[in-house]
Order: sequence, then structure tokens, then C-alpha cells
Amino acid sequence: MSEAAIETSGLSKTYHAPHEDVVAVDQLYLRVERGEVFGLLGPNGAGKSTTAGMLTTRIKPTGGVAMVAGIDVGRYPVAVKERIGVVTQHNTLDRQLTIRENLEFRGRYTGLSTRKARARANELLEIFGLGGRAAGRVTGLSGGLAQRVLIARALVHRPDILFLDEPTSGLDPQTRVSLWEILRTMRAEGQTILLTTHYMEEAENLCDRIGIIDHGNMLACDTVDGLKGMTGTDTLVTMRFSGDEEDISRIRREFEAADEVVAHSGAVRIRTRHAEQTLAQVIPAAVDAGLSLCDFELRPPSLESVFIALTGREYRE
Amino acid sequence: MTTISPAVVTPAAPRAPGAIRPRAVLHTTGALLARDFRVLGRELPAFLVRVTVQPVLFVFVFAVVLPKLSGGPGLGSLFGATSSTSSAASSFSTILVPGMVASAILFQGLTAVTAPLVLELSYTREIEDRVLAPIPVWVLAIEKIIAGAIQAIFAAAIVFPLVMVIHARGQAPTMDFHQWPLLIVVVLLAALFSSALALLVGTVLEPRRVSIVISIVIVPMTLLGCVYYPWSELSSMRWLQFITLFNPLVYISEALRATLTPGTLHMPVWVLLTVIGGGVLLVTAASVQTFTSRLVD
Repeated sequence: MSEAAIETSGLSKTYHAPHEDVVAVDQLYLRVERGEVFGLLGPNGAGKSTTAGMLTTRIKPTGGVAMVAGIDVGRYPVAVKERIGVVTQHNTLDRQLTIRENLEFRGRYTGLSTRKARARANELLEIFGLGGRAAGRVTGLSGGLAQRVLIARALVHRPDILFLDEPTSGLDPQTRVSLWEILRTMRAEGQTILLTTHYMEEAENLCDRIGIIDHGNMLACDTVDGLKGMTGTDTLVTMRFSGDEEDISRIRREFEAADEVVAHSGAVRIRTRHAEQTLAQVIPAAVDAGLSLCDFELRPPSLESVFIALTGREYRE
Repeated sequence: MTTISPAVVTPAAPRAPGAIRPRAVLHTTGALLARDFRVLGRELPAFLVRVTVQPVLFVFVFAVVLPKLSGGPGLGSLFGATSSTSSAASSFSTILVPGMVASAILFQGLTAVTAPLVLELSYTREIEDRVLAPIPVWVLAIEKIIAGAIQAIFAAAIVFPLVMVIHARGQAPTMDFHQWPLLIVVVLLAALFSSALALLVGTVLEPRRVSIVISIVIVPMTLLGCVYYPWSELSSMRWLQFITLFNPLVYISEALRATLTPGTLHMPVWVLLTVIGGGVLLVTAASVQTFTSRLVD
């Protein structure tokens, strides 16, 4: 088996508080392949950032092992730091330095010569559209720009694996979408990424695979489609017909499940795993009965419904 | 074509997968020092003002203004009568110069290391940027101590000539540079001691307590730091003399006095070197410990 980008086994973190111990991460088993974009999705306080912290040498695990780029994080944190780029949850740009210097010094910290660090910084400033501001201080940057500089800085030494901890938290929707573009480009270039997020949409849009985490436990881990399929959540099909009320009732009796509640007259609502087949059956039958289709809605299963199915709770973003 | 981040280059060509490569660590440490001095260079005017204003004002008042007001030999006579073994009565400036240099060394550490560190560790967490540099975290702590010590030496080098030349007529300090190798050792050790202390304070101090420390620690530390009088002159107040032994500034002042003005009374050199040298080791060990535990939790 080829070496994984990230592999953990039984990774745990318990914080010892005076009155009770807080288990932030509980026996986490995780495998991220090279070239994969992996999302850790969960509500605030689920243990995502603690996990990211342990994988990036900033938090010491209280149990288990984490291998990053094939190296044991606990035993060789320095070697791991050489191979990873990290975008921390908070803005940790060096406020004493300019944007260009933030990138340049990151290059020099990671082994580049002054000249090479400068060249690499210029290259990234160009790509990230920061060239015009390069000489400016980092204080006073908008959230979106600061995040761009943070990502650019994390990429200076061409890390094997890029970690992004809540990269779009607190950004406005437009900025978020433009950051997604950047991440998609990197994904297309084969960059291995682990990101944590509490936005379902973000996980769904960016990630090859998603691990759903809550209270320090990994509840499920699969592709988006795999997750939606595994919990038995169905597509909800709602059709509204006009025509004779009697005929509509007959269609309803024929196709609807007994427990389905119909909100409006004229509507037929069906839960199904196979939406296309269902439609191919219901619509001809209705047309044969002289009804005409006037409204139609297809709601596919969402990560939200998966989360509810897994935890029995509403998802709180 | 330029790409954002193709994972084509693996930065290290490792012999053993996790082995620390000393040359890489040195390169990174050098880059961290370069960063600190880039920032210092940018703030040089502020640095100079911060370092010079207080000592210059101080020697101005005590070595220029007061001697003129009293019209006599000045405050130095207070000590000159009892302390000097040489025939030349020492002026107050002679007492003051080593003390001023000592406090410059000590407080430069606090302003250069403690103040920024308290902020970086709490509100901004921007220290995480440097924690992710590929060196062990303890090396980062040592780098901070070295950077602070170099700044403390700068401060001493700026303050020394200033306090030497500012004095009233006839109040010139008498300095003796014959023990220059000892002077170099004392300044180096004192700078490391102050910088390590500053790192220790910076890692244990909560941001909201910074102003308290400045007002209730720094001023008493200076006043009772044997900056304006030799320690032995406190012998008439034994309890005070004992208390001041817990003040690190006392040892730095006395050590500089021992090298620059060996004619005035001072603690034995071996005691001073033992305390300051031992202090460097102990405080460095403690501060590396507190620094690491603040950053890797």
C-alpha cells in the first residue's frame, strides 16, 4: 500500500481541567491519500481544530499516533514542519513585516536562500493578485485579503500537505467563493489539502472526501455521494398537479408512502432512492388520468440530513 | 507556467526521515534573527529614543544640575569619603555610569523581548507563524534570548558614551578599562541574563498585568538596584542590603562597577560572575520550559 499523506491511529487529546477532563478528540482514525482534498466537517467545538493542531505539531496528543508525509509527528515534529504548510484559524501574519516580507521570511525560515525566497515570494504575490500591496503592512488588511496572504505564505516552500483551519470562517459569501476558486486551482494541481470547516456547503464544494466529526468522534468518513448514500436518506420529490381532485387522490394513494404528510391539495410527495424511476412512473400515470403537472421540486439528500441522521440533532453551523 | 503549489519539490532530501539537520536549523535560526533585526532597523529611531532618554536625563540632573545647585563637589562626596581606596575622590558620575549601563542592559531586555512576546502569545497568536518554522521550539526560545541580548548590548554601547560625556565641569567620571576582557564577559553575561529574564517574564505574564509590572516592579527594581550607589554602602541598613540581593540589577550594576571602577567598593568578582553566570543557565532553562509549554499544549 502506498504511503498516505496523513494517517492517524487512535489519535486522542484530553485536556485536564480542575473539575472534569475534557475529551477534545477521542480515538481518531484517519487516512488521507496524496493528492486528495480532505475535509473535516463538524460544528464548532467538535474537535476539528484540535485535530489540525495535533497534525501540525502545535498540540501534543495524549494518545495515539499521527503520521504526516510518512513521518511520526510526535517524534519528528521538525521534519514534519519542513513538509507542511499551515493556514491557522486566526490571522497569524507577522504584523511587524510587510506582505512581501511575510512571504520572504517564511521562505528563509524553511531553508530557501534570500534570493530564492524573494523570487518565490514575487511569484506567489503575482498569482494571488497581491503584487500591488506587497510593500504594505499587514495590519488593516480585510479578512479576505489577509486570508490570501496567509495561504500564499503557507505555500512558499511548496509543502507536501497544506492544512487550512477554518479558512473562510467569518468571511462574506463573495470572498468565500473567491477563496474556493484558489483552493480548486490547487486541487487541480494535485496539492494535498486537509481543511477543517463548519460550513457544509464548503465541504461539499471542495472536498474529495469528508470526515464528519462531532464531540471528538469521527461519525462517518466518505465521499459526499457516499455519505449521502450510507445513511439511507432519500431524495424528496414533490409534484403538484391540476385537475380532478379525485384523480389526484388516486395517484397519491398509489405512489405515496403511508406516513407522508401532504401540505397542499394537489401535491404528491414521494421519498425515494431512485428519483428518475419514480418520476418515469408517476408522471405518465398522472397524464393518463388527465392531470397536468404544474409544479415540481426535487430535493436531493444533503449533508445536513446526513448529520441529522448520524447524530439525531440539528446541525448548528 | 507558474503554478500555485505543485508538490514537485520535496524540500528536504532526508538521510533518515525525521533526523534534525543542524545546518538547516542554523539557517532557520539565522533567518529568524534576520527578521528580528529587520524589524529593529525599521524602528531604529524609536529604539534610540527609548534607550537614551531616561539615562541622559538622569545623568543630566545628577551630574550636571545638582552639582551646580549645591555648588560643591556633588553627591559623589557621600561615597567618596568611605568607598574609594584611591586617592582621587570619585565623582557621583563615577558611581552612576556603571549603574546606568546596567539598567540599560536590563530594561532593554524587558522592552525588546517581554512586551512584544506578551502580545504575540495572547491577542494575536502571531508567534504561531514562527513556531511553524522547521526548528525545535526550544531553539526558537534561544533565538529570542540571543536577539534580546544583542539589543541589550547595543543599548549599553549607546548609553555608555552618553553618560560618560554628560557631566558638569569637574564631575567627570573616572573609568578604568584595564580589565577589558572581564568587561566583555560581564556585558555578554549580563545581556544574556536580562534577555532570558525578559523571556521568562513574557511567557508567564498575562497581558492585563503588563502595566502593573511596569509600575510596581521596574521602578523599585531601579531604585533598589544599586544603580545610584554601591551595594556596600547599604551596610548601615542590613535588612535593605539583604533584600536587594534578590534584585538581578544589583549584580549587573556591581559587576560593571567591578570592571569599570575597580577603585570603588563592589562585591567580589567571583560572586558576581557566579550569580550572573548561574542566573543565565537557570533562567534560560526555566524560560525555555515556560515558552515551550505556552506554545505546544
